[in-house]
Amino acid sequence: MNLALLFFSSNTLVHLSAVDLVIIVFYFALVLGIGFYLKGQANTGEDFFMAGREMTAWVAGLAFLSANLGSLELMGWAGNSYRYGILAAHWYWIGAIPSMLFLALVMMPFYYVCKTHSVPGYLKLRFGVGAQTISSISFALMTVLMSGINMYAMAVVMKVVLGWNMDFSIWVSAGTVALYVALGGLRSAIFNEVLQFFLIWAGALLIPVLGLIEAGGWNGLQAKILQNLTELHMANPGSYTHLWSTLGNFNNNPMGINWAGIVFGLGAVIAMGYWTTDFLVVQRVLAAKDLRSAELAPIIGAAFKMCVPFIVILPGLLGLALLRDPHTGSLIRLVPADQAWSAAGQAQGLHGYDEVLPLMLARYCGPGLLGLGITALIAGFMSGMAGNVSAFTTVWTYDIYGALINKNASDESKVKMGRWVTIIGVVISIGTAYIAAGKPSIMDYVQSLFSFFIAPLFGTVLLGMLWKRATPAGGWTGLLAGTLSSVGMYAWVKLDPNAVRYVALSMDAQDQAQNMFRALWCCLICIIVTFVVSLLTKPKPDAELKDVVYGLTPIPKAENVGWLHSPYFWGAVVFVIFIVLQIIFW
Amino acid sequence: MKSGGSLSIWFFTGLCLGVTGALIFATGIYEIMSPPANKVVLYDLHANVWWGGVLLLSGLFFGIYFSPANERKRLGGKP
Repeated sequence: MNLALLFFSSNTLVHLSAVDLVIIVFYFALVLGIGFYLKGQANTGEDFFMAGREMTAWVAGLAFLSANLGSLELMGWAGNSYRYGILAAHWYWIGAIPSMLFLALVMMPFYYVCKTHSVPGYLKLRFGVGAQTISSISFALMTVLMSGINMYAMAVVMKVVLGWNMDFSIWVSAGTVALYVALGGLRSAIFNEVLQFFLIWAGALLIPVLGLIEAGGWNGLQAKILQNLTELHMANPGSYTHLWSTLGNFNNNPMGINWAGIVFGLGAVIAMGYWTTDFLVVQRVLAAKDLRSAELAPIIGAAFKMCVPFIVILPGLLGLALLRDPHTGSLIRLVPADQAWSAAGQAQGLHGYDEVLPLMLARYCGPGLLGLGITALIAGFMSGMAGNVSAFTTVWTYDIYGALINKNASDESKVKMGRWVTIIGVVISIGTAYIAAGKPSIMDYVQSLFSFFIAPLFGTVLLGMLWKRATPAGGWTGLLAGTLSSVGMYAWVKLDPNAVRYVALSMDAQDQAQNMFRALWCCLICIIVTFVVSLLTKPKPDAELKDVVYGLTPIPKAENVGWLHSPYFWGAVVFVIFIVLQIIFW
Repeated sequence: MKSGGSLSIWFFTGLCLGVTGALIFATGIYEIMSPPANKVVLYDLHANVWWGGVLLLSGLFFGIYFSPANERKRLGGKP
């Protein structure tokens, strides 16, 4: 039997040529080469876990965004835009930009001035070991679980799209990430994330450009979507290309959500929680060389984040407008992943929502460009996984091993521990990937679990930074109450689907809408419990809160920088562009 | 950003874009001379030629501007 058949199947969505394979192999060689090149630069804890805190604003900003641009982010949100229309762009605009600016201009000074290694480390300084322990254990657990489940989903897509054997995809990609992160630590992860940022854009940018040419521009695209959805008898066909005008009622849009869910659930809680407290992204900014760079990095990230819908949301909309069977001319209708990837779905040649990006890639990209596009997807996966692994390694080493297991660990032993934990974290992730392979429904549970911890964590960190009266007891009880209430609401809806009307305020609420409202309620519960318990317990003296609380932290002023170098100026520019985009696509 | 060694991240970026762009550009030229049987949509725009060219030029810019020799010049001869 041909050895290649063990790893590659011939029944696939796209077929790679020799030049495509050369591009992919060159990419793998380059990221490994960078890891080996940087091995000698990661000898101390500060080097290995914080990249020496010497990154420029541009490098930290691009890595900050790249760590978030996982392949599932690319393919998943392209699929969501096919499913929900342009509403999916809310996750890139109101669900990102205000919170990234808030991180840059309000929260970053506290993170940076207190010189913490991690977000749980900040909680230790502010609320003590209780809040640190809850936060670090939940974060470490969720990070490796998410990493493994993303790995599994990526392997499934590679199997469907390219015919690659799933074991081959999992072990080669995970092994590469483990090697370059274990060798060069956060510095190597950041170096590769910058490289991956450019590859993602280089590989994905052609699809919307060529798609708009084929569709006849934005107006042509809107007209085709309206025509196709009307032909399919879909509800609210005109709502797929409007961002806000259909959010007055739950049942006027494909997501079953209203403006309050988007503004408060997504913009004020989930986005704020993710972008300001998820250590996966915050770690990149903490590696900046000075406070001004740390403030500018999320603003640079926000500027590029605003452009991501062009390479993610637009391909999904183009799929709605342009995908037709080349033989019959009838519309191709994508379906949920479990339906498409089942044996029956495969026999009928069905495609899942998440395949819309590879389908558009195959539509426009011939040899060479196809290899670049696939490399972009692999780069996205690896940047996301490296982000998870490096954040997990830091939180484990400093907030679990260093805080609970070996409080007197030397710097050298922490670096050694970091290298081993990188490998162990990847191995656990691979194990999770195989668990998910045996029980696909676990993916839904764990993806929801992740949001359980982020929303209440934001409430705890925000109160900790801005309200000096918040006490250690208030901090950890609020965090625990918020997390448990979120799990409780999730379980309630699972056991009794009619509970959706109470949790998400409407029976029309789809999964994303339920996540928004659940996050909103659990964050409010966290804040209320923290507030009440704090008033009933003894606060820390002011002297112990220096450098961690607003009003007690002297923020260093930037030295004689003109307005062109001011984070506030660029933050305002990004915010104005964000508002203009909302009006254009209203 | 420097790593502490002599190679900048932007040099690696240039290397990656340059090599990838050259391969795509060369494939595009070959396809013009010998058109494939199964053409992609909008094949006549020859996206691989101009996009490969853009990547190649970007790669050359990054690779040359941030090459170890130019980095040494900017740092006044220090390694």
